[in-house]
Amino acid sequence: MVDKELEINIVMMKKLLVFSLIMFVFGYALVPFYEKFCEVTGINNLLQPDVLVKDNWVDEERWITVEFDANTRGLPWQFKPLQSSARIHPGQPVNVMYEITNDSDREINGQAIPSYSPRFLDKHLKKFECFCFTKQVLKPNETRQMPVQFVIEPSLPADIQTVTISYTFFELPDGVSAVKK
Amino acid sequence: MAAVHGDAHGHGHDDHHPSGIMRWVTTTNHKDIGTMYLWFSFAMFLVGGTLAMGIRAELYQPGIQILEPELFNQFTTLHGLIMVFGAIMPAFVGFANWQVPLMIGAPDMAFARMNNWSFWLLPVAATLLVGSFFVPGGAAAGGWTFYPPLSTQGGLGVDLMIFAVHILGASSIMGSINIITTILNMRAPGMTLMKMPMFVWTWLITAYLLVLVMPVLAGVVTMLLTDRHFGTSFFNAAGGGDPVMFQHIFWFFGHPEVYIMILPSFGIVSEVIPTFSRKPLFGYSSMVYATASIAILSCVVWAHHMFTAGMPTVGQLFFMYATMLIAVPTGVKVFNWTATMWRGSMTFETPMLFAIGFIFLFVIGGFSGVICAIVPIDIQVQDTYYVIAHFHYVLVSGSLFALFAGAYYWIPKWTGRMYNETLGKWHFWLSMFFFNMTFFVQHFLGLAGMPRRIPDYNLQFADFNMISSLGAFGFGLTQLLFLYIMINCIRSGEKAPQLPWDGATTLEWTHLPTPAPYHSFENPPIVK
Repeated sequence: MVDKELEINIVMMKKLLVFSLIMFVFGYALVPFYEKFCEVTGINNLLQPDVLVKDNWVDEERWITVEFDANTRGLPWQFKPLQSSARIHPGQPVNVMYEITNDSDREINGQAIPSYSPRFLDKHLKKFECFCFTKQVLKPNETRQMPVQFVIEPSLPADIQTVTISYTFFELPDGVSAVKK
Repeated sequence: MAAVHGDAHGHGHDDHHPSGIMRWVTTTNHKDIGTMYLWFSFAMFLVGGTLAMGIRAELYQPGIQILEPELFNQFTTLHGLIMVFGAIMPAFVGFANWQVPLMIGAPDMAFARMNNWSFWLLPVAATLLVGSFFVPGGAAAGGWTFYPPLSTQGGLGVDLMIFAVHILGASSIMGSINIITTILNMRAPGMTLMKMPMFVWTWLITAYLLVLVMPVLAGVVTMLLTDRHFGTSFFNAAGGGDPVMFQHIFWFFGHPEVYIMILPSFGIVSEVIPTFSRKPLFGYSSMVYATASIAILSCVVWAHHMFTAGMPTVGQLFFMYATMLIAVPTGVKVFNWTATMWRGSMTFETPMLFAIGFIFLFVIGGFSGVICAIVPIDIQVQDTYYVIAHFHYVLVSGSLFALFAGAYYWIPKWTGRMYNETLGKWHFWLSMFFFNMTFFVQHFLGLAGMPRRIPDYNLQFADFNMISSLGAFGFGLTQLLFLYIMINCIRSGEKAPQLPWDGATTLEWTHLPTPAPYHSFENPPIVK
């Protein structure tokens, strides 16, 4: 009688342990699920190049200043835009070159993360080409130029006259992959 | 607990057990383990309370007087962690250990040895948490929710905290597996699920929530650990991770967690109110369904903690409405408690006072919760003292008051002695007064914009902060009175009658002597 009761209890314990284990794996499964969810719904869409709306037009009445900013964080690279700002009409395509140089004597992997000011600029900014979120490998003393191509849509609120597009390069330690596609 | 030991001789051979320290280290008896859980949680309550006193002492006046900002941050972080994982949760497990077997007519918990392990993991975790104050860099200081990037940047203290959370999680999972198995497999003949006392029901549902979400917490702190030391980038934007994802996974655990801390207190209150109203619980089955629906809803509302973290409007609306929906089953419960008291022959002993105080103040906390659920208001009050006031109303005057009610209610059964009723009433009224003095004014501070987790504040907040600090000191001292009442009861309380509460109808009162013998229900009672 007592043994039988213990046996039933142990079956129950095993089921609950398996359930706990499944929930532990579920915690990890939330990571790809989160990425997939963001990709499907278009939240946090980092990698797909943007598509310009068909009825894009250039607002020639308005001028805005786009400032380009470049930073490095914890890696011995020089990183700068070839022009520090541009004066453009909203809706007009912009091409700007950035340049990185590896000043050290070792090969380094880096990756850039963008940041915008004002923060809601990303709603009006369409980027067709960018180096951000992709791994850049630079040999000692190598220099590379990288283009960024974008349009700031005329839907940008009229009270905004200056916007800033900023990139920061971080070192990617070996074995860490860049953002997965 | 000397009294339990001393009285034991009256009950003959049933009560043989090793004596001295080894009794407690090796015990597999659910009553001993329950007692240890309760003492442990009270000790942690005093540690967490001391940290709270430090916080309030610093906030007594504007400017930095006592705690440097770094240390202040460690105090707020460890206060939260210790109170949640060290005080409130183990206290409820202690009640479950004592009461679940007694209330369902089982001889002990299903896995007695595992029960011993789940307790003895706790002091290890507590040592890690408290010890982390003394390592280089000090304890974790990024808040009890340990959001990255702060938690990926902190020092050794954060690693100790991560291990402590792992250990506490393992202990909770073992404890809940034990409780679920005991409740589902070991009920006395005739006790169907729908005849179980409400306290047992709420613990069954709580234990299921624990096995559902504690492993997710273990997963997320493991990700944090590998991000810190093994080169992964789950939450590191530079490596392609996303710190906001941490918040989603954390609160997937974190929101059910707050119901883990309140459901058993609903259970205790649902035992105390009928006893002192001398009427059966009104709407028993609706109570069961309400508890279950709160538990299910709690799993789909997590992002209401993150309205300001960036989310599409559709998401904000979903989480807002789902959160407000929880007020419905909670309202059913409050209605049922009130209806139980309606036209009952009520008396107001200390357990009943704490239970009524619970209803009164928990409703205030519940309503401020509904207010915080409204997105535009939440964006205003996010990370202000309004939120602090809200969750202390549900955690202190909710969970903690229910724990006090349960302790006064069952201490005669546990020790065979009565507590001092006059002092008990003093404990209640002083707690009630000082609690409201501490936290009610924090609503105003929050609405005026005082941010949480900051050691200094604008001069306009000075008066309310002084009131709040004075209340906190009073509340802290009052809890020493509780310690005195309990020790006094255990050592020299009056002998308790067989049935100290004439309205009590559950098995531990009707089928067992007072105090409960060391081994009870070796032959299960028959429940009609």
